[in-house]
Amino acid sequence: MVLRNYLRQFLRDVRTQRLRFFMTLFGIVWGTVSVTLLLAFGEGMHRKMAADAKGLGENIVICWPGRTGKPWQGLNKGRAVRMTEQDVERLRTEVPDITAIAPEYSTGSARFVVGKKTLVPYLAGTWPEYADMRSIIPDSGSRFLNATDMERRRRVIFIGHKLKADLFGEQEAVGAGIDIEGTPFLVVGVMQPKGQDSSYRGRDEDTGYIPSTVFRDMFGRTYIENFVFQVGDPTRVERAKKGIIAAAARKFKFDPEDKEAIGMWDTTEMTQFFNTFFMAFRLFLGIVGALTLVVGGIGVSNIMHVVVEERTKEIGVKMALGAKRRTIMGQFMFETFAITLLGAGLGFLITAAICGGFPAQFNQYVGTPRLSLQVSLVTAGVLGAIGFLAGWFPARAAANLNPVQALKYDL
Amino acid sequence: MNGNGRGLIELDDLRKVYDTGKTTVEALRSITLTVRENEFVSIMGPSGSGKSTLMNIIGCLDTASSGSYRLKGEEVSDLDRDRLAEIRNQRIGFIFQNFNLLPSLTAFENVELPLLFKGAPTRERRERTEHLLGQVGLADRMKHRPTELSGGQMQRVAIARALACDPDIILADEPTGNLDTTSGKDIIGLFEELHHAGRTLVVITHDQAIARRTKRIVHIQDGLITSDGPALQG
Repeated sequence: MVLRNYLRQFLRDVRTQRLRFFMTLFGIVWGTVSVTLLLAFGEGMHRKMAADAKGLGENIVICWPGRTGKPWQGLNKGRAVRMTEQDVERLRTEVPDITAIAPEYSTGSARFVVGKKTLVPYLAGTWPEYADMRSIIPDSGSRFLNATDMERRRRVIFIGHKLKADLFGEQEAVGAGIDIEGTPFLVVGVMQPKGQDSSYRGRDEDTGYIPSTVFRDMFGRTYIENFVFQVGDPTRVERAKKGIIAAAARKFKFDPEDKEAIGMWDTTEMTQFFNTFFMAFRLFLGIVGALTLVVGGIGVSNIMHVVVEERTKEIGVKMALGAKRRTIMGQFMFETFAITLLGAGLGFLITAAICGGFPAQFNQYVGTPRLSLQVSLVTAGVLGAIGFLAGWFPARAAANLNPVQALKYDL
Repeated sequence: MNGNGRGLIELDDLRKVYDTGKTTVEALRSITLTVRENEFVSIMGPSGSGKSTLMNIIGCLDTASSGSYRLKGEEVSDLDRDRLAEIRNQRIGFIFQNFNLLPSLTAFENVELPLLFKGAPTRERRERTEHLLGQVGLADRMKHRPTELSGGQMQRVAIARALACDPDIILADEPTGNLDTTSGKDIIGLFEELHHAGRTLVVITHDQAIARRTKRIVHIQDGLITSDGPALQG
C-alpha cells in the first residue's frame, strides 16, 4: 500500500515533469551505457589479446642455447653452448616442474615444390608434443607428427594453413606430396587457423613441420636451434627456468648466474604485462564511465530538488497528519531509485544489444565487447551509490522542512 | 469555565518570539489557557493577533519559545520532531480552511493517510476509513478525487481524515472560510454532533456566527488573551 502510493506519486511526477524526467532518465541511461560499454570493450579486447597470446603458447618459455658470457672454473667466456636432442630429453627428467618440452631445428632456405610452384617457407623439425605447447591444432581429417613418424623417420609434413593455401590453393592437401630439396614428403596435416600475436621465427601458419629425426638426417644437423618447454602451473615458471639453467650449467660447465649461455623468452611475463596493462586500462575506462554516471546522478538530484520544492505543500500536509522524517524521506528516495533503476535498466539493455549485435568482422581489430557479470555488478554498485546520494540530499531537505512554513507554501 | 473533566490542553505562560535577525516579533505574549475534555471552544481574533501561531503550537506543528504546554498531562514543549509527528498523528486532528486534501489521492486514500503513517494493518485501515466516510455521509464518494467533490464534500473528507486515528482534539482553522453558507452550516452541524459524541473541538475563526455556535469563546489580540467566557447562544 505504501509502495503503491509511492509509485502513484512517482507516475504523477513523470506526467507533470515529462521533459525534465526524460532528460534526467537520458543522463542515467547515457552514463550506464558509457560505463558498461567501455568496460565491455575493455573486456573484449583483453580476451582477444589473451587468445592471441595463447596462439604462441600457454605458459611456455622458448630457449636458445647461446655463448657463455662469463669465464667459469678456468674456462673462457664466449664458448658456444651446443645442445642435442638428448640434452633436451635429459632436461625433462632433471627439471620436474616441466610438463612438456621439445627441441626445434629450423631453416628458412629449404625449397618446397608442388607441381610448378616453388616456395621457400620456414621448415622446422620437432617432436610430436611441440604441437600442444604451441596451440597448434590439426584441422579435421588431419594430424600432427606422431611417435611412429619419429621412430621410422617417415618423410611426412604438417603445414600451416596459409602455407597450405599458398601451395595447394583450394585443393585438398592431406595425402598430397611436397618436394622439399628434392626429397618427397607426404602431407599428413594442416593447422587450424588461430590467432597469434607474436612469434620467434615465422608464423606457424607459414611453417612446415617434419619429424626432428628426419630434419637431422636431411640437413646433417647435430645441434638444435632452440627448445620450448611448458610449465603447467604458471607460478612455477621461475623455478623451472632456474632448474633448466642449473642443469645445463652442470652439463656444459658454465656459471649458473650466466645470463647469456641460454637465452630465454618467458611468454608468461608478457601475459603478466597484459594483465597489468588491462587492469590499468579498465580502471581508466571505469573512471571515465563513472564520472559520466555522476553527471547523470547530479541531474537526478536536481530534478528531485525541484520535485521537493513543488511538493512542499503536500509535505506540510503529510507532516500535519503525522508523517515522520523517515516516511517523507522514503518517498523521495523511492522516486530517486525508481528513476535510477529505470535508466540503468535501459542502459544495460542498450549495451547488451550492442554487444549482441557487434559485427563479427571487427573482432580481429578490437575483439568482441562482452558484458561480463563483474562489469555488471560494478556498474550496478556505482549506480546504487549514485542513486542513494542523488536522493539523499533532496529527501533530507524535504524531511527537514518546517511544517508550518510548508503548510503555508503555495505555488 | 463550563467544561467538565480535567485539563486536556494546559498552556502556561506560553510565549512565541520570531527572531528575524534585525527585528524580533512577539507573536504570543504570556498565554495561559486550559481546555478541558469535551469542550467546544472558539478562538477569535483579527489577523495578526497571534491566533494562527497559537493554533500551530496547540497542534504541535510549532513549539513555543518559552512557557509550558501540557497535552493530557504530558509536557510537549520540548519534544523532538518525530515525537511531535506521533502526537499530531494520533492525538490531534487538523481541519484546514483550504481542506489540504492531496489532489492525487481519492477520498478513501486521503482519509487512510494518517492510518498509514500510524502503521495500522490493512484491514483496520479499510474498515476505519469506510466507517468514517460513512459517518460524514460520503460512503458513495470514496473513489472520487478531491477535484470531483464540492467544497462541502471536501471538508467532510477532511473531517473524516481528522478523525482517522481517534484524536484527543479536533483543531479547525477557519473551517468554513472557503465554503458557501449552506455547506458552512452543515460543517458546523457536524462539529456539534462530534461535540455531543464527547469530542473536544477547538475552532479558530473570525466569524461571529460560528463562534456563537460554540460553547466558549476566547478572544486574542496582540498575542494576549483579551477575553474568555461562555458564548452567548443566539
